[in-house]
Amino acid sequence: MPKTYEPISTQTLSSAVTGVTFTSIPQTYTDLVLVINASASTAANAWLSTNLTDVSSLSGTRLYADGTGAGTARTSSGNDFVVFTAYDQVTTTAGNFNAVLNFMSYANTTTNKTIITRSNNASAGVCAAVCMERKTGAITSITIDMVGTGTYSIGSTFTLYGIKAA
Amino acid sequence: MAVVSIKNKLRRGNLLVGNDAYDPAGFESIATATGSGATSITFSSIPQTYTHLQLRMLLRSTGTGDGRDLNLTVNGAASTGDYKSHYLIGNGTTVSSGADANGSTANVWIANPPASATASGIFSVSIVDILDYANTNKNKTFRALAGVDLNTGVYQNVMLLSGVRLSTAAISSITLTLSNGNFATGCSVALYGIKSA
Repeated sequence: MPKTYEPISTQTLSSAVTGVTFTSIPQTYTDLVLVINASASTAANAWLSTNLTDVSSLSGTRLYADGTGAGTARTSSGNDFVVFTAYDQVTTTAGNFNAVLNFMSYANTTTNKTIITRSNNASAGVCAAVCMERKTGAITSITIDMVGTGTYSIGSTFTLYGIKAA
Repeated sequence: MAVVSIKNKLRRGNLLVGNDAYDPAGFESIATATGSGATSITFSSIPQTYTHLQLRMLLRSTGTGDGRDLNLTVNGAASTGDYKSHYLIGNGTTVSSGADANGSTANVWIANPPASATASGIFSVSIVDILDYANTNKNKTFRALAGVDLNTGVYQNVMLLSGVRLSTAAISSITLTLSNGNFATGCSVALYGIKSA
Protein backbone atom coordinates (compact mmCIF):
# COMPACT_ATOMS: atom_id res chain seq x y z
CA MET A 1 0.00 0.00 0.00
CA PRO A 2 1.57 3.36 -0.98
CA LYS A 3 1.98 5.96 1.72
CA THR A 4 -1.06 8.22 1.91
CA TYR A 5 -0.57 10.52 4.90
CA GLU A 6 3.02 11.71 5.18
CA PRO A 7 4.82 14.26 7.32
CA ILE A 8 6.48 16.94 5.20
CA SER A 9 8.08 19.19 7.79
CA THR A 10 7.97 20.02 11.48
CA GLN A 11 9.06 23.29 13.05
CA THR A 12 9.55 23.23 16.81
CA LEU A 13 10.44 26.69 17.96
CA SER A 14 13.74 27.06 19.77
CA SER A 15 13.29 30.81 20.00
CA ALA A 16 10.31 33.12 20.02
CA VAL A 17 9.21 34.24 16.55
CA THR A 18 6.45 36.37 15.12
CA GLY A 19 5.61 33.84 12.46
CA VAL A 20 6.43 30.51 10.87
CA THR A 21 6.75 29.83 7.15
CA PHE A 22 6.85 26.57 5.22
CA THR A 23 8.48 27.02 1.83
CA SER A 24 9.12 24.83 -1.20
CA ILE A 25 6.14 22.65 -0.36
CA PRO A 26 6.15 19.51 -2.55
CA GLN A 27 3.42 19.53 -5.19
CA THR A 28 2.91 15.77 -5.05
CA TYR A 29 -0.01 15.53 -2.62
CA THR A 30 -3.75 16.12 -2.92
CA ASP A 31 -4.31 18.04 0.33
CA LEU A 32 -2.12 19.52 3.04
CA VAL A 33 -2.83 19.36 6.77
CA LEU A 34 -1.07 21.76 9.12
CA VAL A 35 -1.24 20.86 12.82
CA ILE A 36 -0.38 23.59 15.32
CA ASN A 37 0.16 23.37 19.06
CA ALA A 38 1.33 26.76 20.23
CA SER A 39 1.45 29.48 22.82
CA ALA A 40 2.36 33.14 22.59
CA SER A 41 3.91 36.00 24.49
CA THR A 42 0.53 37.73 24.52
CA ALA A 43 -2.87 36.19 23.84
CA ALA A 44 -3.78 36.86 20.23
CA ASN A 45 -5.52 35.47 17.19
CA ALA A 46 -3.59 33.64 14.50
CA TRP A 47 -3.66 34.40 10.79
CA LEU A 48 -2.44 32.70 7.66
CA SER A 49 -1.26 33.65 4.22
CA THR A 50 0.23 31.81 1.26
CA ASN A 51 2.47 32.54 -1.67
CA LEU A 52 -0.68 33.47 -3.62
CA THR A 53 -1.92 36.10 -1.18
CA ASP A 54 -2.28 39.76 -2.02
CA VAL A 55 -4.59 42.41 -0.60
CA SER A 56 -7.49 41.40 -2.81
CA SER A 57 -7.20 37.63 -2.92
CA LEU A 58 -7.84 36.19 0.53
CA SER A 59 -10.98 36.24 2.69
CA GLY A 60 -12.59 34.10 5.34
CA THR A 61 -15.64 33.30 7.44
CA ARG A 62 -15.49 32.12 11.05
CA LEU A 63 -17.93 30.42 13.41
CA TYR A 64 -17.09 30.38 17.10
CA ALA A 65 -18.36 29.85 20.62
CA ASP A 66 -16.99 30.37 24.12
CA GLY A 67 -19.57 28.84 26.43
CA THR A 68 -21.61 32.00 26.76
CA GLY A 69 -22.69 32.38 23.16
CA ALA A 70 -21.89 31.72 19.54
CA GLY A 71 -20.81 34.18 16.89
CA THR A 72 -19.69 34.52 13.32
CA ALA A 73 -17.48 37.04 11.59
CA ARG A 74 -15.75 37.67 8.30
CA THR A 75 -12.34 38.82 7.23
CA SER A 76 -12.86 40.49 3.88
CA SER A 77 -10.27 41.11 1.27
CA GLY A 78 -8.21 44.18 1.95
CA ASN A 79 -5.49 42.58 3.98
CA ASP A 80 -2.71 40.28 2.93
CA PHE A 81 -3.76 37.70 5.52
CA VAL A 82 -6.86 36.07 6.99
CA VAL A 83 -7.61 35.36 10.66
CA PHE A 84 -8.65 31.76 11.35
CA THR A 85 -9.07 31.79 15.16
CA ALA A 86 -11.26 33.66 17.67
CA TYR A 87 -11.19 34.85 21.29
CA ASP A 88 -7.39 35.38 21.11
CA GLN A 89 -7.07 31.60 21.23
CA VAL A 90 -3.28 31.57 21.06
CA THR A 91 -2.81 32.13 24.77
CA THR A 92 0.31 32.26 26.89
CA THR A 93 -0.12 28.82 28.47
CA ALA A 94 1.83 26.13 26.66
CA GLY A 95 -0.30 23.42 25.15
CA ASN A 96 -3.68 25.12 25.45
CA PHE A 97 -4.04 26.12 21.80
CA ASN A 98 -4.28 23.69 18.94
CA ALA A 99 -5.43 24.02 15.37
CA VAL A 100 -5.76 21.82 12.31
CA LEU A 101 -5.75 23.56 8.93
CA ASN A 102 -6.73 21.70 5.75
CA PHE A 103 -5.46 23.11 2.44
CA MET A 104 -7.68 21.34 -0.07
CA SER A 105 -6.38 20.56 -3.57
CA TYR A 106 -3.54 22.97 -2.91
CA ALA A 107 -1.51 22.00 -6.00
CA ASN A 108 -4.43 22.24 -8.39
CA THR A 109 -3.93 25.08 -10.90
CA THR A 110 -7.50 25.31 -12.20
CA THR A 111 -9.53 26.13 -9.09
CA ASN A 112 -9.38 28.73 -6.36
CA LYS A 113 -7.94 27.47 -3.09
CA THR A 114 -10.08 26.75 -0.04
CA ILE A 115 -8.64 26.29 3.44
CA ILE A 116 -10.88 24.92 6.18
CA THR A 117 -9.79 24.93 9.80
CA ARG A 118 -10.70 24.00 13.35
CA SER A 119 -9.02 25.63 16.33
CA ASN A 120 -9.46 25.04 20.02
CA ASN A 121 -8.46 26.47 23.36
CA ALA A 122 -10.48 25.21 26.29
CA SER A 123 -9.68 28.34 28.26
CA ALA A 124 -10.85 30.63 25.45
CA GLY A 125 -13.26 28.99 23.01
CA VAL A 126 -13.64 26.96 19.84
CA CYS A 127 -13.63 28.13 16.25
CA ALA A 128 -14.16 26.83 12.73
CA ALA A 129 -13.14 28.86 9.71
CA VAL A 130 -13.23 28.65 5.94
CA CYS A 131 -10.81 30.78 3.96
CA MET A 132 -10.76 31.34 0.21
CA GLU A 133 -7.68 32.22 -1.78
CA ARG A 134 -9.24 33.45 -5.00
CA LYS A 135 -6.34 32.49 -7.18
CA THR A 136 -5.78 29.36 -9.20
CA GLY A 137 -2.03 29.03 -8.72
CA ALA A 138 -0.54 26.26 -6.63
CA ILE A 139 0.27 26.87 -2.99
CA THR A 140 4.01 26.52 -2.54
CA SER A 141 4.45 28.31 0.78
CA ILE A 142 2.35 28.91 3.90
CA THR A 143 2.90 31.49 6.64
CA ILE A 144 1.29 31.42 10.08
CA ASP A 145 1.55 34.65 12.06
CA MET A 146 -0.51 36.43 14.70
CA VAL A 147 -2.46 39.63 15.10
CA GLY A 148 -0.55 42.32 16.97
CA THR A 149 3.05 42.40 18.06
CA GLY A 150 3.27 39.18 20.06
CA THR A 151 5.45 36.19 19.31
CA TYR A 152 4.97 32.44 19.25
CA SER A 153 6.71 30.92 22.26
CA ILE A 154 9.57 28.46 22.47
CA GLY A 155 8.32 24.90 22.18
CA SER A 156 5.42 25.71 19.87
CA THR A 157 5.10 23.10 17.14
CA PHE A 158 3.93 23.42 13.54
CA THR A 159 3.75 20.16 11.58
CA LEU A 160 2.84 20.01 7.90
CA TYR A 161 1.47 16.76 6.43
CA GLY A 162 0.60 15.75 2.90
CA ILE A 163 -2.36 13.53 1.98
CA LYS A 164 -2.31 11.68 -1.30
CA ALA A 165 -5.49 10.39 -2.93
CA ALA A 166 -5.58 7.26 -5.05
CA MET B 1 14.33 15.73 24.35
CA ALA B 2 17.28 13.64 23.28
CA VAL B 3 16.46 10.70 21.06
CA VAL B 4 18.59 7.70 20.14
CA SER B 5 18.21 6.46 16.62
CA ILE B 6 17.18 2.83 16.40
CA LYS B 7 18.68 2.75 12.93
CA ASN B 8 22.24 3.93 13.60
CA LYS B 9 22.40 4.36 17.41
CA LEU B 10 23.17 8.08 17.12
CA ARG B 11 21.94 10.30 19.94
CA ARG B 12 20.32 13.50 18.71
CA GLY B 13 18.22 16.32 20.12
CA ASN B 14 15.69 16.05 17.33
CA LEU B 15 13.20 13.22 17.03
CA LEU B 16 13.61 13.03 13.29
CA VAL B 17 17.41 13.02 13.08
CA GLY B 18 18.69 9.59 12.21
CA ASN B 19 15.24 8.07 12.17
CA ASP B 20 12.62 7.90 9.47
CA ALA B 21 9.98 10.57 9.79
CA TYR B 22 6.88 9.58 11.73
CA ASP B 23 4.39 8.14 9.27
CA PRO B 24 0.69 7.90 10.13
CA ALA B 25 0.60 4.60 8.24
CA GLY B 26 -2.93 3.78 9.27
CA PHE B 27 -4.42 6.35 6.87
CA GLU B 28 -4.90 4.86 3.40
CA SER B 29 -6.48 6.01 0.18
CA ILE B 30 -9.34 3.74 -0.94
CA ALA B 31 -10.75 5.47 -4.03
CA THR B 32 -11.23 8.85 -5.68
CA ALA B 33 -14.05 10.02 -7.94
CA THR B 34 -14.68 13.22 -9.90
CA GLY B 35 -18.34 12.69 -10.65
CA SER B 36 -18.15 14.85 -13.75
CA GLY B 37 -21.48 14.93 -15.53
CA ALA B 38 -23.31 12.88 -12.88
CA THR B 39 -25.72 13.92 -10.15
CA SER B 40 -24.39 11.35 -7.69
CA ILE B 41 -21.24 9.46 -6.75
CA THR B 42 -21.29 6.01 -5.19
CA PHE B 43 -18.43 4.20 -3.52
CA SER B 44 -19.39 0.53 -3.37
CA SER B 45 -17.74 -2.64 -2.05
CA ILE B 46 -15.96 -0.60 0.61
CA PRO B 47 -13.35 -2.77 2.36
CA GLN B 48 -14.33 -3.68 5.91
CA THR B 49 -10.73 -3.63 7.13
CA TYR B 50 -10.57 -0.10 8.55
CA THR B 51 -11.88 1.44 11.75
CA HIS B 52 -13.11 4.75 10.35
CA LEU B 53 -13.60 6.35 6.95
CA GLN B 54 -12.96 9.90 5.84
CA LEU B 55 -14.23 11.74 2.77
CA ARG B 56 -12.28 14.79 1.59
CA MET B 57 -14.09 16.75 -1.11
CA LEU B 58 -13.76 19.67 -3.49
CA LEU B 59 -17.25 20.44 -4.78
CA ARG B 60 -19.25 22.47 -7.27
CA SER B 61 -22.62 21.88 -8.91
CA THR B 62 -23.70 22.70 -12.47
CA GLY B 63 -27.17 23.40 -11.10
CA THR B 64 -29.00 26.69 -11.05
CA GLY B 65 -28.70 29.34 -8.38
CA ASP B 66 -25.95 30.23 -5.96
CA GLY B 67 -25.52 26.89 -4.35
CA ARG B 68 -26.88 23.43 -3.84
CA ASP B 69 -26.89 20.76 -1.17
CA LEU B 70 -24.86 17.58 -1.17
CA ASN B 71 -26.45 14.74 0.78
CA LEU B 72 -25.09 11.42 1.97
CA THR B 73 -26.76 8.04 2.21
CA VAL B 74 -25.25 4.63 2.93
CA ASN B 75 -26.10 1.10 1.87
CA GLY B 76 -28.58 2.06 -0.82
CA ALA B 77 -32.11 3.34 -0.67
CA ALA B 78 -33.39 4.89 2.55
CA SER B 79 -36.77 5.65 4.00
CA THR B 80 -38.12 8.43 6.17
CA GLY B 81 -36.78 8.01 9.69
CA ASP B 82 -33.60 6.17 8.71
CA TYR B 83 -31.44 9.23 9.35
CA LYS B 84 -31.35 12.14 11.74
CA SER B 85 -29.11 15.18 11.55
CA HIS B 86 -28.17 18.58 12.96
CA TYR B 87 -26.21 21.56 11.71
CA LEU B 88 -24.56 24.76 12.96
CA ILE B 89 -23.69 27.45 10.42
CA GLY B 90 -22.00 30.84 10.45
CA ASN B 91 -22.09 33.14 7.43
CA GLY B 92 -20.20 36.07 8.86
CA THR B 93 -23.36 37.84 9.96
CA THR B 94 -25.70 35.27 11.49
CA VAL B 95 -25.28 32.02 13.36
CA SER B 96 -27.99 29.50 12.56
CA SER B 97 -28.71 25.96 13.57
CA GLY B 98 -31.27 23.35 12.73
CA ALA B 99 -32.15 19.72 12.72
CA ASP B 100 -33.91 17.01 10.84
CA ALA B 101 -34.89 15.30 14.05
CA ASN B 102 -37.59 13.22 12.36
CA GLY B 103 -35.41 11.98 9.58
CA SER B 104 -37.79 13.29 6.96
CA THR B 105 -35.08 13.83 4.37
CA ALA B 106 -33.79 10.25 4.56
CA ASN B 107 -30.19 11.46 4.19
CA VAL B 108 -27.52 13.58 5.87
CA TRP B 109 -26.57 17.02 4.57
CA ILE B 110 -22.78 17.18 4.34
CA ALA B 111 -21.81 20.09 2.07
CA ASN B 112 -22.95 23.20 0.24
CA PRO B 113 -21.42 23.23 -3.24
CA PRO B 114 -21.64 26.52 -5.12
CA ALA B 115 -23.56 26.39 -8.40
CA SER B 116 -23.77 28.14 -11.73
CA ALA B 117 -24.57 31.61 -10.37
CA THR B 118 -21.32 31.60 -8.42
CA ALA B 119 -18.15 32.84 -10.07
CA SER B 120 -16.25 30.17 -11.93
CA GLY B 121 -13.35 28.51 -10.17
CA ILE B 122 -15.07 28.71 -6.77
CA PHE B 123 -15.46 25.32 -5.07
CA SER B 124 -16.63 24.43 -1.58
CA VAL B 125 -14.91 21.84 0.58
CA SER B 126 -16.11 19.25 3.02
CA ILE B 127 -14.35 16.74 5.25
CA VAL B 128 -16.61 13.97 6.52
CA ASP B 129 -15.71 11.41 9.16
CA ILE B 130 -17.68 8.16 9.24
CA LEU B 131 -17.04 6.45 12.54
CA ASP B 132 -16.91 2.72 13.26
CA TYR B 133 -18.47 2.05 9.87
CA ALA B 134 -17.77 -1.71 9.94
CA ASN B 135 -19.06 -2.29 13.46
CA THR B 136 -22.31 -4.24 13.50
CA ASN B 137 -23.31 -3.42 17.09
CA LYS B 138 -23.99 0.29 16.85
CA ASN B 139 -25.73 2.89 14.71
CA LYS B 140 -23.48 4.80 12.31
CA THR B 141 -22.57 8.42 12.95
CA PHE B 142 -21.20 11.05 10.60
CA ARG B 143 -19.70 14.46 11.17
CA ALA B 144 -18.67 17.05 8.63
CA LEU B 145 -16.70 20.29 8.54
CA ALA B 146 -17.62 22.16 5.39
CA GLY B 147 -17.64 25.60 3.88
CA VAL B 148 -17.06 28.08 1.13
CA ASP B 149 -16.11 31.74 1.17
CA LEU B 150 -16.83 34.05 -1.77
CA ASN B 151 -15.97 37.37 -0.15
CA THR B 152 -19.22 38.69 -1.56
CA GLY B 153 -22.84 37.72 -1.92
CA VAL B 154 -24.95 35.56 0.31
CA TYR B 155 -23.54 32.14 -0.39
CA GLN B 156 -20.65 31.90 2.03
CA ASN B 157 -20.51 29.98 5.26
CA VAL B 158 -18.68 27.58 7.49
CA MET B 159 -20.68 24.60 8.69
CA LEU B 160 -20.54 21.91 11.35
CA LEU B 161 -22.87 19.03 10.48
CA SER B 162 -23.64 15.73 12.10
CA GLY B 163 -25.89 12.81 11.35
CA VAL B 164 -26.75 9.28 12.24
CA ARG B 165 -27.96 6.26 10.25
CA LEU B 166 -30.26 4.35 12.56
CA SER B 167 -28.97 0.95 11.58
CA THR B 168 -26.29 -1.32 12.99
CA ALA B 169 -25.42 -2.79 9.59
CA ALA B 170 -21.86 -2.30 8.40
CA ILE B 171 -21.48 0.37 5.75
CA SER B 172 -20.47 -1.19 2.45
CA SER B 173 -21.49 1.64 0.13
CA ILE B 174 -21.73 5.43 0.29
CA THR B 175 -23.73 7.58 -2.11
CA LEU B 176 -23.37 11.35 -2.42
CA THR B 177 -26.21 13.09 -4.26
CA LEU B 178 -26.59 16.71 -5.34
CA SER B 179 -29.95 18.37 -4.78
CA ASN B 180 -29.73 19.97 -8.22
CA GLY B 181 -27.34 19.74 -11.17
CA ASN B 182 -24.32 17.55 -11.72
CA PHE B 183 -20.83 17.48 -10.30
CA ALA B 184 -18.89 20.14 -12.19
CA THR B 185 -15.55 19.62 -13.85
CA GLY B 186 -12.84 19.94 -11.25
CA CYS B 187 -14.71 18.20 -8.44
CA SER B 188 -12.80 15.66 -6.40
CA VAL B 189 -14.16 13.23 -3.82
CA ALA B 190 -11.55 11.07 -2.11
CA LEU B 191 -12.37 8.21 0.28
CA TYR B 192 -9.81 7.20 2.88
CA GLY B 193 -9.67 4.42 5.44
CA ILE B 194 -8.25 4.91 8.93
CA LYS B 195 -6.92 1.92 10.87
CA SER B 196 -6.55 1.66 14.60
CA ALA B 197 -3.69 -0.16 16.25
